[in-house]
Amino acid sequence: MSARVLIVDDEPNIVISLEFLMRHEGYEVEVASDGEEALELLASFQPDLVLLDVMMPKLSGFDVLQRIRNDAELPNPVVVMLTARGREAEAEKGKALGADEYVTKPFATRDLVAVVHRALEGR
Amino acid sequence: MFGWVIVGSALAYIGLLFLIARYADRRAERGRSIIANPYVYSLSLAVYCTAWTFYGSVGRAASAGIGFLPIYLGPTLMAGLWWVVFRKIIRISKQNSITSIADFISSRYGKGLALGVIVTGIAAVGIVPYVALQLDGIATSFALLWHYPDVTSSAVGFTDPFGGTAFWVALLLGTFAILFGTRHLDVTEHHEGLVAAIAFESVVKLFAFLAVGVFVTWGLFSGPGDIFTRAAADADISSLLRFDGGVEEYWDWGWLMVLSALAIMFLPRQFQMAVVENTDESHLNKAIWLFPLYLFVINIFVLPIAVGGRLTFASGSVDPDNLVLLLPMADGQRLLALVAFIGGLSAAASMVIVATVALSTMVSNDVVIPVLLRVRSFRLGERGDVSSLVLGTRRITILSVVLLGYFYFRLTEGALPLVSVGLISFAAIAQLAPSILGGIYWKPGNHRGAIAGMVAGFTVWAYTLAIPTLVESGLMSDALIESGPFGIEALRPFALLGLEGFDPITNGLFWSLLINAGLFMVVSILTDQTPIEQRQASIFVDVFKGASERTQASVWQGTASFVELRSILERVLGSPRADALLMRYAATRGIAESGELEADADLVTFVEQRLAGAVGAVSARALVSSAVEEAVLSRDEVLDVLDETTRVLAYSRQLEQKQRELEQATEDLQNANLQLLELDRMKDDFMSAVTHELRTPLTSIRAFTEILDDNPDLDHDQRSQFLDIILKESERLTRHINQVLDFAKIESGTLEWRMEVQQLGPVVEESLQRVGELLRRRNIEMHIDLGPSNLQADFDRDRLIQVIINLVSNAVKFSDPDQPRVWVTLEQADGEARVTVADNGPGVPREHHELIFEKFQQVADGDSGKPRGTGLGLPISKEIITQLGGRLWIETALGPGAVFRFALPLAISPPADDPGGGEAVERTGTDR
Repeated sequence: MSARVLIVDDEPNIVISLEFLMRHEGYEVEVASDGEEALELLASFQPDLVLLDVMMPKLSGFDVLQRIRNDAELPNPVVVMLTARGREAEAEKGKALGADEYVTKPFATRDLVAVVHRALEGR
Repeated sequence: MFGWVIVGSALAYIGLLFLIARYADRRAERGRSIIANPYVYSLSLAVYCTAWTFYGSVGRAASAGIGFLPIYLGPTLMAGLWWVVFRKIIRISKQNSITSIADFISSRYGKGLALGVIVTGIAAVGIVPYVALQLDGIATSFALLWHYPDVTSSAVGFTDPFGGTAFWVALLLGTFAILFGTRHLDVTEHHEGLVAAIAFESVVKLFAFLAVGVFVTWGLFSGPGDIFTRAAADADISSLLRFDGGVEEYWDWGWLMVLSALAIMFLPRQFQMAVVENTDESHLNKAIWLFPLYLFVINIFVLPIAVGGRLTFASGSVDPDNLVLLLPMADGQRLLALVAFIGGLSAAASMVIVATVALSTMVSNDVVIPVLLRVRSFRLGERGDVSSLVLGTRRITILSVVLLGYFYFRLTEGALPLVSVGLISFAAIAQLAPSILGGIYWKPGNHRGAIAGMVAGFTVWAYTLAIPTLVESGLMSDALIESGPFGIEALRPFALLGLEGFDPITNGLFWSLLINAGLFMVVSILTDQTPIEQRQASIFVDVFKGASERTQASVWQGTASFVELRSILERVLGSPRADALLMRYAATRGIAESGELEADADLVTFVEQRLAGAVGAVSARALVSSAVEEAVLSRDEVLDVLDETTRVLAYSRQLEQKQRELEQATEDLQNANLQLLELDRMKDDFMSAVTHELRTPLTSIRAFTEILDDNPDLDHDQRSQFLDIILKESERLTRHINQVLDFAKIESGTLEWRMEVQQLGPVVEESLQRVGELLRRRNIEMHIDLGPSNLQADFDRDRLIQVIINLVSNAVKFSDPDQPRVWVTLEQADGEARVTVADNGPGVPREHHELIFEKFQQVADGDSGKPRGTGLGLPISKEIITQLGGRLWIETALGPGAVFRFALPLAISPPADDPGGGEAVERTGTDR
C-alpha cells in the first residue's frame, strides 16, 4: 500500500506542483488549503506524511503542527514544513515544535522528493 | 554666749567644708565625680542666696513688706528662659573653652584686651562691696551673739583693723578660695571640691533658715495664721503686706525683677557656677525647676520672721537685718541662734569664695597675662613657666579682693542696708547684659559698640547709684542729690532728666541700661567688625547651627611651627599634659606620632582652645600669636574666602544642573533607542514579508520548470497549464519587484513624475481594463459610476493608474468570497474630483485606519489571520496621491466593507479643442 501524503498550502499553484510531484512518486494525495481543513483531513485521511506550509490563513502551519504533536486523538504523521520565510529562527521553531524536516521555498523538486522519501523511510 | 563657742563652731564648720572639698577633689582625681549630677548643680546655683538673702530679706521685709520678693521672682521667671538663653551661653562657653564672663565677652568681640579689662573692672567694682557686705554680715552676726543682749551698733564696731573678726574671716575664706579654686591650672577649669562645698553650704543655709522660720512661726507664735492675724491688727505692720503705692511701685517691681533676672545669669559667681563649672549641659533641665523651688522654699518664712520680729520688738529698737538671730536669742534659744549664725556664715562664705575665684580668673586671664605678653621687655612669651604665673596672679587676686572687701566694709561700716549694696552691685553687673545678649543673638554687634555701651552704662551707673552711696555714708554733701551738680536739677542722680518718683535703683538701672544698649547698637551699626570678630560673631550666634572648629580654622591663614606650638602648651600646662593632649589630637587625625602633626590651621585652633581653657581666650590668643606668623587677614581677604566658598557652591550647582541635563539626554537616547529597535523589528518583519512575497511566485516558477524539464512526455493540456502558471507567477513576481522598487524610490525621493492636466474618467476606465482579467477570474460583480466625464486634474497618468489598480486589487482581494462585489465611483464634490473604491468584505477595523497607511505595517486579514501582499500597496498609493496634491483616506462607517477614497484638486478646463492637451511637466519628487 502506498504512503498517504497530505498537502497543506494556500497557494494554489504551489499545491498543483506538489500534488503532481507526490502522485508522480506514487503516493496517495489529499489537499487542504488552510489549517482547519488540514486538521479535518488528518482525522479522516490518516496521512503518513504532511507537507505543511507555515504561512496560511486561519491556522498557521506552526499551529497545526502543535495540534498534531499535542493532541492524542490525532494521528502522528511525519511532518515536513515548507516556508518562504527564510529566517533561521523559523526553522528552529519548527524543529522545536516537532517537525521532522524543514524545507525552504523555492526548493529543487528532486531535493524535496528526496526529503519526503527519507522521512517516510525513517518512520 | 561665750566667744570661743561661736568661734569654735565657725572654725569647725569651715573645717568641715575643707574636708568636703578635699573629698570631692580626691574623688574627681579618681574620675568618680560627686558633683556631676543635676542636684548638686542646682544647689551650687543657690550661691545666689547670700547673707543678703539670709539676713537682708527679712530686714527688707520688715521695713518694706513684700518688696523683698522681686529679687526672687526675677530669677524664677528667668529660669523659664534658661533653656533658650543659658543653654546657648553654656554651649558657646564649652565649645570655646570660656573660663569667665570677661572671657566670654572679650571672646565674642574679637579677643581684644580692652574689653576684658573693662569687664573685669566692672566685675571687681560689683564684687568688692558685695564681699564687704558678706563680711559685714558675718562680723555683725558674730558680734551680736557674743555681746547679746547689747545689740547697739557701737558694740559691733572694731577699733583694731587686724583684730576684728571680719579680718580673720576674710583671710580664712580667702585661704579656702585659694586652696580649692587655684590648686592647678586645668583645661576644663572645673573645681569639683569648691562646687561640692558650695552645694553643701546651700543645704546648710536652707536648713538653718527653715529652722528659724519654723521656730518663729510655731515656737513664738501659734502658726502663720496667728502671726498674720496679729499683723493685720497693727496698722503699721499690715501696710507691709499690701500694694499701696502707685504705678511707680509696679514700675519699681518690674525693674527689680529685670535686674535680678540679669543678675542670676551674669553675676560672676553665677556665671562661674552655672557655666564654667557645669559638667553637663543637660543638668540645666533639672535646674530650671529645682532652682526656683529652692528660692521658693528659702523665702517661705521671710514674712513670718519679719512680721514676728516687728510684733516682738519695739519699732526702731533693733536692726531688722538681724531679726533671724535676735528672735531665737530673745527667747533664749542659743543653740538655734548658733545654727542660724552658721547658716548666715554659709551664705556669706559661699558668695565670697566663688566670687573671688571667678574674679581672680578674670584678672589673671583677661588682664595680667595679656598685659604682660604685650610688655615685650617682660618676655613672657619665652618664659618657661606660665602656669605658675597664672596661679600666682589668681592667688594674689583672691587675697586682694577679700582684703579690699574688708577695707570697704571698714570704710562704710554698717552705713548701708544689706539690700541696697546688693542691688547696686547687681546694677553694675547688669551693664554686661546688652553686650552678652546682643553678642549671642545679634551678629553685627562689635567690640566698639560693646565698649561704648559698657563704659557709658557703667558711668551712668556710677553717677546715679554708686556716688550717692558716698553721700548716704556721709562722705559727700547731699547737695548733689538735692539740687544736682552745679545746681542743674535735670542732672540730679536720682531723678535724671526729670524722671522723678521712682526708686533710685529703678532710676539708675533704667538710664544706665538704656544708654548702654542704645550705644551698643548704634556704635555697632556705625562701625565695622574686624575679621576675627566676624568669625567669632558667627561662632557665637550660630552655635546651634554646628559652627565647628573647622569653620573657625578656615578663616585662619598663616604659618606656625609645631615645635613652638608644643612648647607653648608645655609651658602653660606642663609637659605630661601637653603630650597627652597632642597625642589625643593626633589620634583623632589618624596619626600615630604627635611629632608628625602638621602645624596647620586646625592644630593652631586646637592649641588655642586648649590654652583658652587654662588661661582664657585673650591670653591664649596672645600666646599663640607670639608663636605664629599670622597673616593678618583683611576684611577683603575674609570676603575672598567667602567668595571662594560661594563660587564653589555655584560651581556645584552648575554641576548638578549638568548632571540633570545628562540624565535627561540619557533618557531621550534610551527612548530613541527603543524606537530604533521597534523600527528595526518592523523593518525585519517587512523584509521577511517581502521575501515571502517574492519567494512564493519563484517557488511555483522553479517547481514547474523542473517538472517540465524532468517530464518531457507530459500531455499537451498539462504542459500548457504549467507554462501558463509559470507566466502568471513571473508577472506576479515582476509586479512585486516593481512595487518594492517604487517604494524604495518614493522613500529616497527619486521617483520621476510626468504631470499633465487631463481627464480622470478615461484613466479610471483604463485602470479597470488592466485588472479586467482579475475581475473576471474572481467573478466580481462590478458597480461602476464614472459620473461627469469632463472632470480634469493635473497628475501623472501611470502613477494614478497604479493607485487605482492597487485599490481595486485590494477590494477584490478582501471582498466577500461568495458574492464578491466592488464599487468604483468618480464624482465631483467641493471643487475636488473624488474616486471611491469599495468592497463588501469584512472592512477594516477602526483602530487600524491609520496603521494601514504606514510603511512596513501589514494588518492581518481579520478572517484569515494572514496578511496579503507586501504591505506596501497602501503606503505607496497614499504617497503618490499626496505628491499629486490630493488626499487618500479610508471612510469610516459608510458600509460593512472597506471604502477607500482619494480626492484630487480639479484643474481649470483646458481649451475645448485640445481635450488631451496641456503641457507635460516633468519634475522629481525631491521637493516633497
